[in-house]
Amino acid sequence: MSSKKNKKLTPTQQQYQAFAKAREPKRSVFYNCLKAFLVGGVICTIGQGLQWVFMKYFDFNEVTAGNPTVAVLIMISVLLTGFGVYDHIAQWAGAGTAIPVTGFANTIASASIEHRSEGYVLGVGGNMFKLAGSVIAYGVFSAFVVAIIKITIQWLGGM
Amino acid sequence: MIQGHQTWVFYSKPVILGSAAVGGPFEAKGALAEDFDILHEDIWLGQDSYEKAEKKLLEQACEKAIEKAGLKKEDVQFFLSGDLMNQIISSSFTARTLGIPYLGVFGACSSAMEALALASVIVDSKGADYVLAGASSHNAAVEKQFRYPTEYGSQKPPTAQWTVTGAGAALLGQKGHGPRVTSATIGRVIDMGLSDPFNMGAAMAPAAVDTIEAHFRDMNIDPSYYDVIATGDLGRVGHKIAADLLAEHGLKIPQEIFTDCGILIYKPEQPVIAGGSGCACSATVTYGHFLNQMRKGVLRRILIVATGALLSPLSYQQKESIPCIAHAVSIEI
Repeated sequence: MSSKKNKKLTPTQQQYQAFAKAREPKRSVFYNCLKAFLVGGVICTIGQGLQWVFMKYFDFNEVTAGNPTVAVLIMISVLLTGFGVYDHIAQWAGAGTAIPVTGFANTIASASIEHRSEGYVLGVGGNMFKLAGSVIAYGVFSAFVVAIIKITIQWLGGM
Repeated sequence: MIQGHQTWVFYSKPVILGSAAVGGPFEAKGALAEDFDILHEDIWLGQDSYEKAEKKLLEQACEKAIEKAGLKKEDVQFFLSGDLMNQIISSSFTARTLGIPYLGVFGACSSAMEALALASVIVDSKGADYVLAGASSHNAAVEKQFRYPTEYGSQKPPTAQWTVTGAGAALLGQKGHGPRVTSATIGRVIDMGLSDPFNMGAAMAPAAVDTIEAHFRDMNIDPSYYDVIATGDLGRVGHKIAADLLAEHGLKIPQEIFTDCGILIYKPEQPVIAGGSGCACSATVTYGHFLNQMRKGVLRRILIVATGALLSPLSYQQKESIPCIAHAVSIEI
């Protein structure tokens, strides 16, 4: 395998890459950020609304309302993925739909749908976490590290 | 029949007796819909997987090409085909259905012209009376294998391309009427160190340029010899780079004759970002649109430079750059 170190480009390659780069359309960072902010904000506002509904009309408080709120958002996201709408929204919204919990639900749902043709065990089960797997693995690990730090600080008499 | 370094000149000029293009729903809404023989409304084609749907597309294109040539599949001696699926299953499974002696080829998206060039060699050397050349790709099957699940919400950059769902096939024979394959230039593998699978156009452009230059050098002709010089699937981004690179190298191709199958196939308002790609891109545009134009007398001489990115999902994840290739086939009437 050509590792990153010996991936030194020859002068011709460097010259061509600069030549090609000058002719590639650029993504506007500003507009992408703006769109991501708006869409992400709208999703969070919907979440806030749901939380309020659960607190007002059902027997939930500010802490316990979190679970049903997330569940509803996940279900909406999975349904939109299944109906083939989510990827179109995401093309416009960019990080706006990728970051919140809806994006996470989309990664699992889309991979499950995609690999349905290989059966439930090798297909759906085996590939469900194809994209979400690293988020879970590193998410759990970072939570573990943070918890260790917290416990150490508490043990040393802090907090 | 070798001329220069890498060009075959076919003195017997194998005839394209019949050709067919089959497409999916997105191609039906495209700019060249009228040039397709069969268009499908459903990307599944009634099958239970995208891979089976792709095989169906190729089967239909092959059957239609044989039918249009007025032959039966028993008359065809060899079938050459390629596609983008792992182990070129679409081609091999189609060969199973057809029952014609088969050679699988792989040149990624350049497979269509690779198969046509090799088929011409066989026919020209009297190795067969009739040879069938085909290629196919399916948007969802390719996305699944090379990129992300189709419904995954990631934003594609403006350099990304849309894989054509379709298949094309051409039946070559020694005698008859129709467009004739006159020469073919086999390309070298060119790697400019690009590694972004969402920017294939820029990665493949130098390969196209190399093959085009080789073709004109070996043939000792001027680009104005052709009515159309079309690259396979460089898209808007790659085609612009290739045109500028050729100009910089001193090979002037008039702008009005230099085009790209990936730009032609879809309408500008379709959300294909930089244009079409895939084996079926050059296959359907050539075997459908261009050959129809030739039969109508609009075009007399064309050069198709099918480009291919020879990466695998594994090589990309291992951070390898993308080696690219291009094969040029000249068709005259």
